[in-house]
Amino acid sequence: MANLNIVDAINLGLKQEMQKDKRVVIFGEDVGKDGGVFRVTDGLQKLYGIKRVFDTPLCESGIVGMAIGMSAFGLRPVAEIQFEGFSYPALDQLITHASRIRNRSRGRFSCPLVIRCPWGGGVKALEHHSEAPETYYIHTPGLKVVIPSTPYDAKGLIVSAIRDENPVIFFEPKKVYRAIKEEVPEKEYTIPIGKAKIAKEGSDVSVITYGSSVRDCLKVAETLQDKYNLEVIDLRTLSPLDTDSIINSVKKTGRAVIVHEAQKTLGLGAEIIARINEKALLSLEAPVERVTGYDIIVPLPKREDLNRPTEKRIIKAIEKVMNF
Amino acid sequence: MRNAYLRTIKRMGSRKINIIDLFTGMLGESKNISIKKKSKTVKSNGLKTIKKFEVKKLEILDINGNCNKKLMPKLSKEEIKKLYEFMILSRVFDEKALNLQRQGRLGVYASMRGQEASIIGSAYALKKDDWIFPCFRENGALILRGYPMHQLFMYWGGDERGMQVPNNVNSFPISIAVGTQTLHAVGAAYANQYMNKKVANIVYFGDGGTSEGDFHEAMNLAGTFKLPVVFFCQNNQYAISVPRSMQTASETIAQKAIAYGFNGIQVDGNDVFAVYKAAKEALDNARNGKGPTLIESYTYRLGDHTTSDDAKKYRNEKELNEWLKKDPIARLEKYMRKNKISNAVYEKKVLENSSRQVDLAVKEYESTPLQNPEEIFNYMYSELTPELKEQQEEMLKNLKEENES
Repeated sequence: MANLNIVDAINLGLKQEMQKDKRVVIFGEDVGKDGGVFRVTDGLQKLYGIKRVFDTPLCESGIVGMAIGMSAFGLRPVAEIQFEGFSYPALDQLITHASRIRNRSRGRFSCPLVIRCPWGGGVKALEHHSEAPETYYIHTPGLKVVIPSTPYDAKGLIVSAIRDENPVIFFEPKKVYRAIKEEVPEKEYTIPIGKAKIAKEGSDVSVITYGSSVRDCLKVAETLQDKYNLEVIDLRTLSPLDTDSIINSVKKTGRAVIVHEAQKTLGLGAEIIARINEKALLSLEAPVERVTGYDIIVPLPKREDLNRPTEKRIIKAIEKVMNF
Repeated sequence: MRNAYLRTIKRMGSRKINIIDLFTGMLGESKNISIKKKSKTVKSNGLKTIKKFEVKKLEILDINGNCNKKLMPKLSKEEIKKLYEFMILSRVFDEKALNLQRQGRLGVYASMRGQEASIIGSAYALKKDDWIFPCFRENGALILRGYPMHQLFMYWGGDERGMQVPNNVNSFPISIAVGTQTLHAVGAAYANQYMNKKVANIVYFGDGGTSEGDFHEAMNLAGTFKLPVVFFCQNNQYAISVPRSMQTASETIAQKAIAYGFNGIQVDGNDVFAVYKAAKEALDNARNGKGPTLIESYTYRLGDHTTSDDAKKYRNEKELNEWLKKDPIARLEKYMRKNKISNAVYEKKVLENSSRQVDLAVKEYESTPLQNPEEIFNYMYSELTPELKEQQEEMLKNLKEENES
């Protein structure tokens, strides 16, 4: 057992899967010698050689398109797209092919690939380095979308993602890459894809969130602990969504606040509200609130916080549903 | 003689490709029927020339059925007959598909008429373990590889089960999205090489496909990692209505390989021997660790882009008639008759045999029942997700209620 942050935990998960399964191959921009700009793949090329851990030319579509061919032909590619804001050139390959090869060939071929991608804002970076584009991927049938928020989950989920028979988009919340440390077992374990986690049990209001916002919501739960008993749900997988965990929680608390960095319109919050309406409307004591990014381009660092689902905004939303 | 058949391409008025050592070397060796790089430095205008390149074209069989024996690939009479038979079968399949579409018995269809030499010549050069990555105009290649024709009719008739590539056919599914499949061939080539499989991977695309970004990323990746891929461009002169001249300022498509550090060659795409020879050599090179090749198969789409298109709107009859004279089947027929490989009786038999096979396939296609409704959900993931299960049940319930009312 070691005290690890998310970067180290994913690195450990990758290393163990590479050790175990020769089909696992890592590639992308700067992932080899440099170990990735966030060092998630640090040391792996040295351990496993340049056939299994290699740098590519700068070509996001090429990286994903190549991963499609590799996965359909027996490898387990784990490709890195350096930042979520540069993932768009590869959207075409994901929407047009990775998500469809199984359906198109009626199961003759499939794409068990993983696209790892640092995700989200709050790190005072340049344009394109602080976005939350998960909706594009969630909206694509055939893809799975995963986003851990803790080191323990990060290790278990990267292993599950590699072993999954479907294409998995693996977002890594860069704001908390190194901000959270916890005990992570050296021993092999997996976290199931498609299962949310109750990060904190409570009875008054269900706070449904994912990514770096999980930490903010847990802080809010602590701040408000004398007043309200919050239940914080860390979705962990955004597609397929764990509807049961959401509905069970909302039925218990009767109130819900959804928190995410992504834009409000057609963000995952909208879908969660729709599912609550379909399955738990009569349990609601108040309309569901959303704390999200606005429908704007993520501002550059000086004004970025205005757009973020900050603790203050989350508290405000909780007060609103509690005092309806 | 050689000059007549192996020409360096000089086109487009005064703009010329640098030419050096035009006809040096023995023909038939890969380095000589491909772009040749010269690293010798030559001083000119005070500047050093650090690289010069040339682009070559391979032609073997002319429109009168005469063939350049020096360049002729090793093919037995039986093999030549096979090429001919698959070209005829492709044309018969094509004609049947067009007829079925007109009668409302098939969906939108992309004809390969005029490109039979290009399609069959290249696919015939493959070994059984090699892989092909087709776009949507290579039905003949799939048939040659053993793809059941009734399944192809199913696909073009709008049934996904048509693209369930049989396990004994080494083909990736058809890619409708232009140029994007080049990357899949690159990935497959990496995987095959990684697993020490000595197989080549050929990817088909058109002249239009070479303008897509993915084509360039694929070429760059294949060159960088020296992967066993053959990029086979069916330059049929049009991307729907846009002519080749408006697709790129490059004088040839073959020369695009130069920028990515590997060999490119143009072949007469209506000459099945030239196509076969160039493809075989490129595939052999791929299998032998010599990296990728780009082949520009210079041909012409005699039909419309698809059944939804009317080529009269953007092509003139004169041009079409010129290309009709270059028909790939007619010239092979002439060659075979001249060389006593075929006669009228044989030709009739081949045609009848092809028609019989195609008719049987149509029968099987049209007697295949619709797929079950729930099937539309079943291949999204390896297992149905809870949400999809719910939606599937809802659809089935709705259908049941509709049927009952």
